[in-house]
Amino acid sequence: MEKSRRIDYDYSISKLFTITTILFGILGMSIGVILAFQLAFPSLNNIAGEYGTFSRLRPLHTNAVIFGFALSGIFAAWYYIGQRVLKVSLNESPFLKKVGYLHFILYVITIILAVVTLLMGITTSKEYAELEWPLDILVVIWWVLWGVSIFGLMGIRREKVLYISIWYFIATFIAVAMLYLFNNLEVPTALISGEGSWIHSVSFYSGTNDALVQWWYGHNAVAFVFTTPIIAMIYYFLPKESGQNVYSYKLSILAFWGLLFVYLWAGGHHLIYSTVPDWIQTMGSVMSIILILPSWGSAINMLLTMKGQWEQLQTNTLIKFMVLASTFYMLSTIEGPIQAIKSVNAIAHFTDWIPGHVHDGVLGWVGFMIMAAVLHMTPRMFKRELYSKSILETQFWLQTMGIIMYFSSMWIAGITQGMMWRAYDEYGSLVYSFIDTVIVLKPYYTIRAIGGLLYLTGFLLFAYNIYKTIRVGRVLDKEPVNKTPIYQ
Amino acid sequence: MFSWFEKRPFFFGLLVFVFVSFAGIIEIIPDFAKQSRPTVGTKPYSVLELAGRQIYINESCNSCHSQLIRPFKSETDRYGMYSLSGEYAYDRPFLWGSKRTGPDLMRVGNYRTTDWHENHMLEPKSVVPGSIMPAYPHLFEKSTDMDTAWAEAYTVKKVFSTPYDKDIDGDNKIDVPLGSLEEAKERSLEEAKEIAKKMKNKKVEEMINRGEIPEIVSLIAYLNSLK
Repeated sequence: MEKSRRIDYDYSISKLFTITTILFGILGMSIGVILAFQLAFPSLNNIAGEYGTFSRLRPLHTNAVIFGFALSGIFAAWYYIGQRVLKVSLNESPFLKKVGYLHFILYVITIILAVVTLLMGITTSKEYAELEWPLDILVVIWWVLWGVSIFGLMGIRREKVLYISIWYFIATFIAVAMLYLFNNLEVPTALISGEGSWIHSVSFYSGTNDALVQWWYGHNAVAFVFTTPIIAMIYYFLPKESGQNVYSYKLSILAFWGLLFVYLWAGGHHLIYSTVPDWIQTMGSVMSIILILPSWGSAINMLLTMKGQWEQLQTNTLIKFMVLASTFYMLSTIEGPIQAIKSVNAIAHFTDWIPGHVHDGVLGWVGFMIMAAVLHMTPRMFKRELYSKSILETQFWLQTMGIIMYFSSMWIAGITQGMMWRAYDEYGSLVYSFIDTVIVLKPYYTIRAIGGLLYLTGFLLFAYNIYKTIRVGRVLDKEPVNKTPIYQ
Repeated sequence: MFSWFEKRPFFFGLLVFVFVSFAGIIEIIPDFAKQSRPTVGTKPYSVLELAGRQIYINESCNSCHSQLIRPFKSETDRYGMYSLSGEYAYDRPFLWGSKRTGPDLMRVGNYRTTDWHENHMLEPKSVVPGSIMPAYPHLFEKSTDMDTAWAEAYTVKKVFSTPYDKDIDGDNKIDVPLGSLEEAKERSLEEAKEIAKKMKNKKVEEMINRGEIPEIVSLIAYLNSLK
């Protein structure tokens, strides 16, 4: 590296995606908090007529956080990390830079249209694939543009060997493309019949097949939006921030290829005791258990990267964010397999334990990692010191408390409800009517809503901290190598 | 072996594709045809029921209600016979849901009435004290988009050979008629009138008299068909 001249990286596109990750994050999380309070206090459902009911807002929440907050964060990280590990600047290719801008513009248009259509009740009903066909086409276009950016940048790279983060970005691109295309195959009804709404479509698959394709997608969209690109991020940002080498190259290979091979099977665990063939349910269950190996492989590789350097937890708040993210990744990747065991699933399925599980993954792992990435990138992109350490520390503890309140209340709620649904009295009749099992959850719904509110508050502090960094942070004359500078 | 791929983006991508597509091919393809075969007696939705199903989807009822009864005694006691694959043959999309914030609705037509639904959708707490379900008063004001419902039925008939205008059970009678858009609208209005007779809401009566079908009536037609 000493021989090569300093490369002047271009962060313009990364900056744009950083802004949208914060904006869509606020949007998606706020709706999440509203939903949580609606469950605890149902009169809140009537705040905005038909547009304010839990049922209308729920798809908006999931789409805003998955495709708004998380994807923006992932793209921001790609346009930052990609150049740096491939040792090539976007300035060297005006074409790739234009592709990047177009990617951003079409992406933002899609998200805005998604918000509008979902509020209007235009949805296909398939979870995380709710968008109707015109929006699906838009998604495909900017996904291809992102692919052009990934492979284009690799085409002009100076560093010949692809770093681990790049593996995970490639996997994200290919797997999501495949999953999205097949799950969203639908026939626009106005095109065939010439009547009715032009935006309406009907699924290519029916009944059990539709369910199978949907959960093959639904589970793995999670894998390839909430797992692989986030691992790509931690493999770059943790070693960079801590100044430590990745613990083991062999472990990264095992974890990467193992994850790809096993993950796609695990979709079957969403369909246990349903009408899909038994062997698929069993495969889903077994593969979910095996999935612990590659998941923990990555997480342990990250934690061991900090070997001998644990005092950085005290001195560097960003390290704290990333280590906690990694820990929550371990928690949710052991919790998921437990829920996939058939006898556990019989109780857990359809209950609040499932959203509880999802949220310790997304709030703890995905949310913390994306925020850590933004905190690492912002000072380097804007050449300013982070605005306030005390705000950052406050944010960290508020959000950590929020997550703990969230998942512990949902564990209790889920298991309570699951057990009540199946309770029989001595005469062989069901003990509880359904509404009994709803009323009992009220305190847990309240705790969860407060937990969510704490997390959102932390996120608003984060947004404020980043805003102030960009506006008034102390100017840095040269780029920090490892630890991100922060005003005490 | 992997280090060879780590220098070649194209082949690396190809290997990734092989790894991720493998599971899907083995999981999904073998039982595909078998699973889409209808159970004896399963019929497609009438146009009015299909319109109601679209409203169910627009309101995302499936966010909180499942339509999948698992083979446990505690579920069959509560909701009725467990689900069979063939019962879903004409469900595009499937509406199993993933969360039961409210109860399962797979066979709700067996134990709830038009009258019950009318009260429930207007004010859930009036029939289920303690309910946390939102009220849906706007369904009593908007009229159903029958064109899109007909378009969907016509599309699945053409593209997926869903048996509309056909004798399914062999009694030499057409089981679920579709016909032209005008015929379907006329027939749906007649069906809607039968349901509206059992309802008390004034707005519903007025709309029906004007020849419009309120969304609530289509939705109830759909819910009543779930058996």
